[in-house]
Amino acid sequence: MHKIEAFLRPTALDAVQDGLAQIGIAGMSVLEVRGYGRQRGHREIYRGAEYTIDFIPKLKLEIVVKDADVDTAMEVILKAAKTGEVGDGKIFVSPVSQAVRIRTGEQADEAL
Amino acid sequence: MKHRRSLLMLALFALLMPVTAFAEDTPNLAGQVRALSNHLDWLWTCIAAFLVFFMQAGFALVEAGFTRAKNVVNILMKNVMDFSLGSILFWAIGFGLMFGPTNGFFGWGEFFVNPSAEAYSEDPNWMYSFLIFQTVFAATAATIVSGAMAERTQFRSYLIYTVGITAFIYPVAGSWAWGGLWHGGGWLEGLGFVDFAGSTVVHSVGGWAALAGAIVLGPRRGKYNTDGSMNALVGHSMPMAALGVFILWLGWFGFNPGSTTSMDGGNFARIAFVTNLSAAAGALVSMAISWMKFGKPDISMTLNGALAGLVGITAGCYTMSPVGALLVGAIAGGLVFFSVLFFDKIRIDDPVGAVSVHGVCGAWGTLACAIPAVCLPGEAGSFSTQIIGVAAYFAFTFVAAFILFKVIDAVFGLRVSAEEEEDGLDITEHGIIGYNDFQLHTGGGFHA
Repeated sequence: MHKIEAFLRPTALDAVQDGLAQIGIAGMSVLEVRGYGRQRGHREIYRGAEYTIDFIPKLKLEIVVKDADVDTAMEVILKAAKTGEVGDGKIFVSPVSQAVRIRTGEQADEAL
Repeated sequence: MKHRRSLLMLALFALLMPVTAFAEDTPNLAGQVRALSNHLDWLWTCIAAFLVFFMQAGFALVEAGFTRAKNVVNILMKNVMDFSLGSILFWAIGFGLMFGPTNGFFGWGEFFVNPSAEAYSEDPNWMYSFLIFQTVFAATAATIVSGAMAERTQFRSYLIYTVGITAFIYPVAGSWAWGGLWHGGGWLEGLGFVDFAGSTVVHSVGGWAALAGAIVLGPRRGKYNTDGSMNALVGHSMPMAALGVFILWLGWFGFNPGSTTSMDGGNFARIAFVTNLSAAAGALVSMAISWMKFGKPDISMTLNGALAGLVGITAGCYTMSPVGALLVGAIAGGLVFFSVLFFDKIRIDDPVGAVSVHGVCGAWGTLACAIPAVCLPGEAGSFSTQIIGVAAYFAFTFVAAFILFKVIDAVFGLRVSAEEEEDGLDITEHGIIGYNDFQLHTGGGFHA
């Protein structure tokens, strides 16, 4: 099992969700986050005073998938979330050692 | 035969009936028309008063929107108390100082005025309509100040200030120009001072008191840096601010056209039209300048521009031509933009721009009443009188408010502690935050 964490533009969510549903990924969590990467924030003016918006609103998608699904899931996210402009986000993948469905006690792949 | 006779009688009756009825009622009819005309005057005055009351909602929303979420409860509380305390105090004390028999500088008498008493037996309801109209005007002057003192003033001390302006400062100053509307008659009226609906009498008084308050308080923490630059303390809700400006704009259709306090041959229509033109021009010009100077059209400046146009036309709404109103509003829109930047430059922190909108543009609108080019033929006032009036209102209001705030500061303390300011006045002064369920972004570290 692997966990895929993807930082996305809020506008990319619908396409990513649809794509993942089509390849049979059953669940996901989405967190509203603020942050910046290499592009940093942007400068604006309010009533004559400059200020920087360093922390830009993004969505953080979290899914845990079977090892066999990792590559397809990443491809789907990449395809759906890419605009080619600065600020498209990042994907992180890490191994997950255990999963349990609380209601039934099923474990590992069965729990996903 | 009998049938025919009764028909004839009926026809005769029908013929005579209106004639006799008319003959009997002629004197009464004129009286009734006169009475109805009076009642319509009072109705219009009351409708206008209700619209001006709604401006309280506008002020509350503008001030709440232009300040941070951690202080929203506090600013709303100040607005509610401005009106509540102001309503009672203006009736108890203010009205008598403003409209009682006067020595030219302040009235004396008719405190706790009771229109149902015998002295007013002829038209008590006219008196009631005048009272409610003047009450909402007094509360308007009071509530202007809360925005300039936002996010750092002790609530208790603010309440004391409210007593000072509605019971003393506003009515005394108001008696100079408007006392003659009732039993008064101030020194400025004698000079022919023109301020139809209160650019100076209401708005500048609020604006200059706001200036005194902002100076005595000092800027909000984190607003100005030691190197001379400043930080944007961005208001938390632009939708609130915009809705507030629209509500104020609507309220102004009571504020200016209602200042006829009578049907006045329908002049309210003309006043409403020029008032609207001025507001539109103010918004447009302020937006254009902000676009050119900042690179993007700034919503807070645009909204201030609309208010600047409204304040600017208030003095001359009865005497200015449509083109004149457009020009006065346009200049007010430019003036408010540079005025906001100016007060920031000299480090007087006015979070919502109350001093610029009400003080500066109120003075501009009052002076403009003496420019023949913007006035209807023969309606321009005297330059010297307008200047004397504007200067006198500034001097009296600023000094009186400055002393009031200094005294409050010495006795009770005007400003909250640094910790309270950081945490927000909502939780520290009122024990509740404005946006429960959105706690992540409101309130600070909760030192308390």
